[in-house]
Amino acid sequence: MAYIGQAVKRKEDYRFLTGRGTYTDDLVLPGMVHAAFVRSPYAHARIRAVRTEAALKAPGVLAVLTGEDLAKEGVRPMPVGWLLPTLKIPPRPVVAKDEVHHVGEVVAVVVAETRAQAEDAALLVEVDYEPLPAVADMRKALAPGAPELHPGAPGNVAFTWEIGDEKAVEEAFAKAHRVVRLELKNQRLIANAIEPRASLADYHPGTGEYTLYTTSQNPHVHRLMHAAFILGIPEHKLRVVAPDVGGGFGSKIYPYPEEAALLVAARRLGRPVKWAARRSESFQMDAQGRDHETEAEMALDPEGRVLGLRVRTLANMGAYLSLFAPAVPTYLYGTLLSGQYRIPAIHCRVTGVFTNTTPVDAYRGAGRPEACYLIERLMDVAAAELGMDPAELRRRNFIPKDAFPYPTPVALVYDSGDYERALDRALELVDYPALRQKQEALRKEGRYIGIGLACYIEACGIAPSKVVGQLGAQAGLWESALVRVAPTGKVEVYTGTHSHGQGHETAFSQVVADLLGLPLEDVEIVHGDTARIPFGMGTYGSRSAPVGASAIVRAVEKVLDKARRIAAHLLEVAPEDLEYQEGRFQVKGVPGKAKSFQEIALQAYLAHNLPEGMEPGLEATAFFDPQNFVFPFGTHVAVVEVFPETGEVKLLRYVAVDDCGHQINPLLVKGQVEGGVVQGIGQALFEEAVYDENGQLLTSSYMEYAMPKAPYLPAIEHDATVTPSPVNPLGVKGVGEAGTIAATPAVANAVMDALKPFGIRHLDLPLTPEKIWRALRDKAPVAAD
Amino acid sequence: MYPASFRYARPRNLDEALRLLQENPEAKLLAGGHSLIPAMKLRLATPALLVDIGRLAELKGIREEGEAYFVGALTTHADIARSSLPLLPLVARVIGDPMVRNLGTIGGSLAHADPAADYPAAILALEAELLARGPQGERRIPARDFFQGMFQTALGPTEILLGLQVPRLPGYRFAYEKFPHPASGYAVVGVAAAVLKEGEALKDVRLAATGAAYAPFRLEGVEAALRQGMGPKEATQGYTPPVPLAEDRFASAEYRLHLLRVLARRALERALGG
Repeated sequence: MAYIGQAVKRKEDYRFLTGRGTYTDDLVLPGMVHAAFVRSPYAHARIRAVRTEAALKAPGVLAVLTGEDLAKEGVRPMPVGWLLPTLKIPPRPVVAKDEVHHVGEVVAVVVAETRAQAEDAALLVEVDYEPLPAVADMRKALAPGAPELHPGAPGNVAFTWEIGDEKAVEEAFAKAHRVVRLELKNQRLIANAIEPRASLADYHPGTGEYTLYTTSQNPHVHRLMHAAFILGIPEHKLRVVAPDVGGGFGSKIYPYPEEAALLVAARRLGRPVKWAARRSESFQMDAQGRDHETEAEMALDPEGRVLGLRVRTLANMGAYLSLFAPAVPTYLYGTLLSGQYRIPAIHCRVTGVFTNTTPVDAYRGAGRPEACYLIERLMDVAAAELGMDPAELRRRNFIPKDAFPYPTPVALVYDSGDYERALDRALELVDYPALRQKQEALRKEGRYIGIGLACYIEACGIAPSKVVGQLGAQAGLWESALVRVAPTGKVEVYTGTHSHGQGHETAFSQVVADLLGLPLEDVEIVHGDTARIPFGMGTYGSRSAPVGASAIVRAVEKVLDKARRIAAHLLEVAPEDLEYQEGRFQVKGVPGKAKSFQEIALQAYLAHNLPEGMEPGLEATAFFDPQNFVFPFGTHVAVVEVFPETGEVKLLRYVAVDDCGHQINPLLVKGQVEGGVVQGIGQALFEEAVYDENGQLLTSSYMEYAMPKAPYLPAIEHDATVTPSPVNPLGVKGVGEAGTIAATPAVANAVMDALKPFGIRHLDLPLTPEKIWRALRDKAPVAAD
Repeated sequence: MYPASFRYARPRNLDEALRLLQENPEAKLLAGGHSLIPAMKLRLATPALLVDIGRLAELKGIREEGEAYFVGALTTHADIARSSLPLLPLVARVIGDPMVRNLGTIGGSLAHADPAADYPAAILALEAELLARGPQGERRIPARDFFQGMFQTALGPTEILLGLQVPRLPGYRFAYEKFPHPASGYAVVGVAAAVLKEGEALKDVRLAATGAAYAPFRLEGVEAALRQGMGPKEATQGYTPPVPLAEDRFASAEYRLHLLRVLARRALERALGG
């Protein structure tokens, strides 16, 4: 009855595939009313006045709340959950009062009986703006004389941060045989969860209790932030429920101004208030991702061994600091710059920059894709400059498998890895030597295919809490689980993680069913409601399997330990004389002398015959704080054809070999890899959030912002190697972000490889047809190598 | 976003629809709703009255009429894709996605006259005639007179597009080459070709583009070059269109010109070849 490792179909599928999921916008409460937000059309403006009279007179309107109103209510600015020594934290109001700093910022909230009435009335709120000079581009924001967003952040600098040994890097460069330089951009992206954000706030005047139903990846984080930091109410007066949530990719980690405004509106009106974002609001308001400009240099010896790496990055924070924004381009980025390679000296300096754009925060991968893209592009450029095969250059620099645990020069200790095995498997799957020959033959025919490798490392299940605290996190990154056994032996598991597409209800059930020897149906996973689950940190950073499932394992172990003592008591043997198999405590060597889990569960609640002094009941809570991150890895290979006539790119093949340690459910792993790869391809070829110089988002709808669509994608071939992690009981590593991290550099490298005969060294993402066509226009192919 | 408030009428027949249009200057016709509804939700369109002609059977379907076909304005893209009309099925197949094709109508698309829509190139290449009815009765509008600019047609405010007459063009061969915008799916450039050969002799060639400019146009320069005996490559490579080309973030006018030449050549090669 081993479930772990089986491709069990998702328990969730029935309700999702038959349209029976319950999302926030599906909820209807008695007396419910609707909110619409008045948003700034300017990227930077002073608010002279907000006139609400006309809106208040409109049909159905119950209230119009302005920044002034919320200030009177004592509502505090949005919190920042990760501190850096030089960090400037400009206050980000729930509703802007004096100034707006990005397009879409909330200026007023209108509540009416119907959504249509609220939206109509929102157009009647007259805001008297005095437009101010805006700056959307980081370099312009840093230039002398640039408009400043916040008086507390001179020169628009949010922070400067560095990691690594600058002197050691200088020494490495001094003795380098060759230095490879690369300037690149990692463009801004929009998360685009399929379900736009939605919230429903309810207030009970009798008890003073609030309930916030909202699209959250971490309901307890939302509760803590909204209660303790924004509204200033006791946490026990706020319940946060995140029902079924249709994807997050990071964008639903953070508390948002709209949620706080709805809570205030619900209290003032004494009626439940709902808002569901229009897609255009998601484009403007959901935290966006990436947006780096980087200059990097890599020093190599004559054999192609990397001696040092120097990185200078500008990171666009947008107009304010979103909750975890300071961590993303620093501790989630600079610490990953060693990649899969033994690099003796690394130094990275990052400047965070405020601009009049939507705030940026973690988006699938969060810092790690930026690091991986940089290092993997550098590897390819270095290979080309050294005249080496890119696979060979990587192989020469891999951290060998016997070097783990491996401390990098940028603070992390990699838990386990076998990088060469994953590379070998990927190369074998594409038949690399034959593919290179084919490439050569096709070039002679005037056809240009490219082969791109990405040997990625990912750091997930960020831990332990003590260390992340030292790095600036204002939170612990452990996870909780409560395992509650019913008198019939059925099991409910309450997890602090949150599933918004990952399939936790299935994967976690597999783990529990295996450990308890029960059928899968006997296990129910409960998540997403602070009134039911223990305090927990939620789901992001591919942490749910390595941290969340580990907490579940620990809680099950506690339950089993108690059950064993009850069984021993009933069977009149010592606990160590029992073995637990297939749901039964069996006296070793005495067939037939056994007690089933269900019998023990019943006895635990009957409490008629328990060991002396034992409490009745059968449940246990565990908090798991891992001793280290886990470091999944793998090699992805993209094969593309570039058509020089139009600049179009066609993906011919995509092979992913991932090592996420032991797999709980290979089907879910495959799903995560495929979805992740597609998102990574999106960044390589299609997606880009573009602001004009006045801070207007030009790519503000699906007419302009290109998502990766099925006709442009190949079948994704997936394989795995298994290198268990030593830092958690299941030996698992996360896999939620791996595909995204790997696919962007794999595809970018493939396109640049195809363009190599034309002498084109680097193009920034996304690699759109016109960009490639322009690069190629004046270039004839030159003899290969 | 929600549309502004509007009234809604569903006339039982064409006469009633025409009367509603005449009586309500701020009325808009609703067919498949694939252009109008999004515009209303963005409040770019705020009609006081929607006249829903979507269920008028008399405007639906494809009929044979002597030497031509008559395509009712309410015929869906999906029905056109499945039909044996000349050229149009090739075009209908690459419009939007299955949901759009199942609801969107040819009449709605033509009357909306999005400069990046797919049909206009084909309508010009086919030299179809559009049939409209207004207070003064019915009139036929040649395709070349119909498209007058971005979202502008020869239709009057109280006229209803009934459909279009498409010549059978026996012996012709057709092609439609499209470079879709990766986000919207609309044509960055689309080129439709209709050619008639007798043996090796080129008897007729018609080539029209959509997406490239602010209104569709015939590539008369290319057609003339072909009639003079040039091959597709020579006829297209130095071609200069008669109108300024469109420009947007995805494709500059320069790149659009390049695509126009490439797609024109490909459409000709496909229509002429094999």
